[in-house]
Amino acid sequence: MYRVEVYLRSHLPDARGQGLVRDIGDLRITTVSDVRVRDIYWLDAALRPDELDMLCRRLLADPVTQEYHCDTEFKSQDKTDPGLYSVEVAYNAGVTDPVEDSIKKAVLDLGIKDVRAVKTAKRYLIRGELSKNELEVISSRLLVNPIIQHVVEHEVVAFPESPRYHFKLKEIDLLGAEGAKLSEIARQFSFTKDELGVITTYFKEGERNPTDAELETLAQTWSEHCVHKTFKARISFGDTVIDNLLKSTVMKVTEELDKPWCLSVFEDNAGVIDFDGRWALCFKVETHNHPSAVEPYGGAATGIGGVVRDIMGTGLSAKPILNTDVFCFAPPDLPYDRLPPGVLHPRRIFKGVRAGVADYGNRLGIPTLNGAILFDERYTANPLVYCGTVGLLPKNLSRQGQQKAGDLVVLCGGRTGRDGIHGVTFASEQLTQESTAVSYASVQIGNPIVEKRLIDVLLKARDRRLFTRITDCGGGGLSSAVGEMAAETGVRVYLDRVSLKYAGLSYPEIWISESQERMVLAVPPECSEELLALFASEGSEATVIGEFTDEHRLKLFYQENLVADLSMEFLHQGRPQLELEATWQKPQHAEPDLAQQPDLAETLLKVLSSFNVCSKEWVIRQYDHEVQGSSVLKPLVGRDNDGPGDAAILRPVLDSEMGVIVSNGINPKYGDIDPYWMAASAIDEALRQIIAVGGNLKRVALLDNFSWGNTNRPHNLGALVRAAQACYDMALVYETPFISGKDSLNNEFELTGKTISIPHTLLISAIGVMSDTSRAVSMDLKKAGDLIYIVGTTQNELGGSEYFRSLGSVGNNVPRVDPHQAKEAMERLSLATEQGLVRACHDLSEGGIGVAIAEMAFAGRLGAVVSLKDMPLGEPMDRDDLILFSESNSRFLVEVAPNDKDKFERVMDKTSFASIGQVTPSEMLEIYGIGGRKVVGVSIAKLKEAWQKPLSW
Amino acid sequence: MSKVRTLILRAPGTNCDEETAFAFEQAGAVVSLVHISQLIDRTKQLKDYQIMVIPGGFTYGDDMGAGKVLANEIRLKLGRDIERFTENGGLILGICNGFQVLVKTGILPGLLPTSKLPLTLTTNDSGRFECRWVYLVANRESRCVFTRGIERMYLPVAHGEGKVVADPKVLPGLDVVLYYTDEQGNTKAGYPYNPNGSVANIAGISDATGRIFALMPHPERFTRGSQHPRWQSEGTKERGDGFRIFTNAVKWAKSL
Repeated sequence: MYRVEVYLRSHLPDARGQGLVRDIGDLRITTVSDVRVRDIYWLDAALRPDELDMLCRRLLADPVTQEYHCDTEFKSQDKTDPGLYSVEVAYNAGVTDPVEDSIKKAVLDLGIKDVRAVKTAKRYLIRGELSKNELEVISSRLLVNPIIQHVVEHEVVAFPESPRYHFKLKEIDLLGAEGAKLSEIARQFSFTKDELGVITTYFKEGERNPTDAELETLAQTWSEHCVHKTFKARISFGDTVIDNLLKSTVMKVTEELDKPWCLSVFEDNAGVIDFDGRWALCFKVETHNHPSAVEPYGGAATGIGGVVRDIMGTGLSAKPILNTDVFCFAPPDLPYDRLPPGVLHPRRIFKGVRAGVADYGNRLGIPTLNGAILFDERYTANPLVYCGTVGLLPKNLSRQGQQKAGDLVVLCGGRTGRDGIHGVTFASEQLTQESTAVSYASVQIGNPIVEKRLIDVLLKARDRRLFTRITDCGGGGLSSAVGEMAAETGVRVYLDRVSLKYAGLSYPEIWISESQERMVLAVPPECSEELLALFASEGSEATVIGEFTDEHRLKLFYQENLVADLSMEFLHQGRPQLELEATWQKPQHAEPDLAQQPDLAETLLKVLSSFNVCSKEWVIRQYDHEVQGSSVLKPLVGRDNDGPGDAAILRPVLDSEMGVIVSNGINPKYGDIDPYWMAASAIDEALRQIIAVGGNLKRVALLDNFSWGNTNRPHNLGALVRAAQACYDMALVYETPFISGKDSLNNEFELTGKTISIPHTLLISAIGVMSDTSRAVSMDLKKAGDLIYIVGTTQNELGGSEYFRSLGSVGNNVPRVDPHQAKEAMERLSLATEQGLVRACHDLSEGGIGVAIAEMAFAGRLGAVVSLKDMPLGEPMDRDDLILFSESNSRFLVEVAPNDKDKFERVMDKTSFASIGQVTPSEMLEIYGIGGRKVVGVSIAKLKEAWQKPLSW
Repeated sequence: MSKVRTLILRAPGTNCDEETAFAFEQAGAVVSLVHISQLIDRTKQLKDYQIMVIPGGFTYGDDMGAGKVLANEIRLKLGRDIERFTENGGLILGICNGFQVLVKTGILPGLLPTSKLPLTLTTNDSGRFECRWVYLVANRESRCVFTRGIERMYLPVAHGEGKVVADPKVLPGLDVVLYYTDEQGNTKAGYPYNPNGSVANIAGISDATGRIFALMPHPERFTRGSQHPRWQSEGTKERGDGFRIFTNAVKWAKSL
């Protein structure tokens, strides 16, 4: 065994270390002057000295910038330098080290055969005066996450022996169980009482006890995560009974709208719409909340990995072309004394999630073009991580495939390990203080290169028609993927054929493992040879693990022993429907004290620098938004490439002008007042952004994504019902069908008897088709002398607004939506853009007109003069602050050239709009109040600084 | 006259292959996307092409340093083929990860034993992967055939390890092709104009023949006008600044 330590030459700056010095400063430890990070490689090998030397020199260390030294064992800190502290951090046993494969491959290329295993670690050399306690704080808050890592203290067992597994069939004595024993089984597999009841009846009829693999299969298949049982429940809500909320709202509206361009809705891993008659687009947004709470980097990375596999598993496989990510965190300046024990600080969660998403998405070569980040203290223990991906696939391959009996079950991509076991039941359960300690097996570090290889080879296999059906291995692992694929046929799977990361896995572990980067294919026997050869040529693994049958049974074997035998009908239709109760009552919030009108310039600066509104450039820059060469409208726009774009536009087919627009609408603050109007606002916001960049409503599809508190509490379920009803009502009028969705329920945290629930959060993602991307419009002001119009009606709707939040209140007048009026205005505005009459357009959202005009001005490096006097109002409003910061929906600011004034006004005729100002060359934002007095006069430089500062890390 | 044949090398983690292929096709070349395993097992041969491109990506995850594992593989498995390819007048272009690979094989700045590499690419001074647009000025003295007639370019970079670090002794002999500058062409502008802290603002270099060229910015991401970040305000040009690199390469190869 060898330990190689690689470090930068001492005269070179250590960028990783400098980042840590800043992070340590944020912990208010100011005595650290320098940190150097060293890479440690443990090699389980027997090497000749020249081989070891070559390996270090040619592979592990860079000859220009780095040096190295080799040892055979761990040496604790060198005690000769009292101002230097060493912390060495290694992965815990069982965590797959993503670097291992690359090293083994490169070592083989070097002609060295005897490297059996490799592990990496990091050593941090921290210079400064530190107490033992401070060192401990640095290590626990910045360097180590105990879920996956530990500090190496003494001797190291870098390569522990894998335990061997000896087959023994395990049966659960269900038929003999009663009382406490029965409850114990229910708890162990997360079954409800009713569910366990029908399972008992099923096995009684078969006159035998279930095996562990059978109960695991049922537990996974019937979990909230896989089957959305809350949404499908029978819900009594006041005087009405809702039989299946999903089918009576979001799915119903799609059915009623019946758009011919909807190619596949709510049946596959993503929804699919027609793009241009030849190509189709699929879109899916997933949540990966619980894993990201305990291990932000790995949790978020595997979130991206998972949603990309959904896209690869749609139709007969699509190419991922865009990522969009939305995060909800607690404020990054949350005092440590408000942090519950066992919970990571929001700043660390934020940084980890960002890094995980960027590292994984960038490596896959998928542009991240769009997203949002929101902050609320109630996300402290339950951060939300939404990862979305758009895919492109040939239209004729856009429907889910269907295999025949005799087709082979092929598992491809990564190997199977003990990763993520019980991740599904973990995802569906409430987090507790202990979660972080017990859930380590549910989190893993993804390997994006394994997934990238899989994308490349699957598209080739698809184009050669080597498989008839595909699905991803996500939550529930093989049990969900194969179980679902074979629902209409039947299947036999030989679990001992699955290729494993290490020995020692039992048959149920293989069956439910959630190891990343795996897909399942149905392959006709005559294609299998060509398929396996193709995979081998691209360095990706594929293994035949079974065959589809016409027996309508799920049969699992391990070394020729039958270990599970379930009827497909029972597995997929046997689950009893949940019966739930829902109530809802409008809460009353305190209104802010509005006795005095505040200084509006100061207020505007304050709102611009709130975490919700401020620039997210620090995050966006670290995503590759140019890869694939498809972008037309980027996330950062304007004179200095740093203004906040509304929606992203890309041209996925490189030689075609046709575009795809993607946007997101989300505003959990409104949900505190009324989830119905939160949902309506989110839909309106997503659509507004599509219109703002030059799109139209003709072909726009929506995704819903509900992250909720515990829906077993009737008032939370009532909130869910109201939000879902709004989805139906709005989408029907806008004629924008839902094509797919997702939910993550039970996002609450128990702390010393007190329950903290997240704000109910609905993310609406929209995808639109744009026939001519040369009509795209960005939000930055373009030319001095141009006119500024407002489109839409402003009302006294500041409930849940950023302005009220800055005053410490929620309020009650939540922004509403009149979808009929909004649609009319949106259609007119689209027409104006199509005719080239719109120079710039920005949708009004958080912070209302004040924030929008400031953003347009500083993004264009131009000034603006705006008057609040002529604003179209829906009700009398006699206060400048309310008009300036109202968050009424369905509004836009539009820049129009003076020459186009008449044409623009003709197109917008009969909608609510007004000319309210002008673009100026002065680089000042001037706003005049209803009384004609100047109420804001601030330089755009100052506004921009306020907006950029909070998150310029 | 027959068309110029361009080989775009794929390896696990390559991710800019398709848009690079598109750029070459637009420039008039016939393009093949070839996996490195096909070159190693000889189902495809370098000698059948005039241009070889190592496109952007994160080959083998950039583990142990960007481009390192692929560089190792190329040096050991294809070293001789590449030598012959360049001796016969073939062109090699490395973009982003391709630059990192060419430097770490020693193919750039020249064919030296790897143990004596004079130059490397390392972590950006910011410590971060960054995606942003940069202004570039081309060195008129350079022998590089890819940048003939190009004076300035505006292109995106997207990398975490783009900082050129060189032994000071080799700098004077280096054929620097592209420098990072500010909007006015000033090379002393600093971060973020020089996005990674590269010594002497180096953005791209060439070998002594001018036929092996590599750069950190992505010319294939600016071949059509509407890829420019400000086309709505500044107007749309027919072709992006990067396109000329591809037409230059194809033109040169055609004359071989």
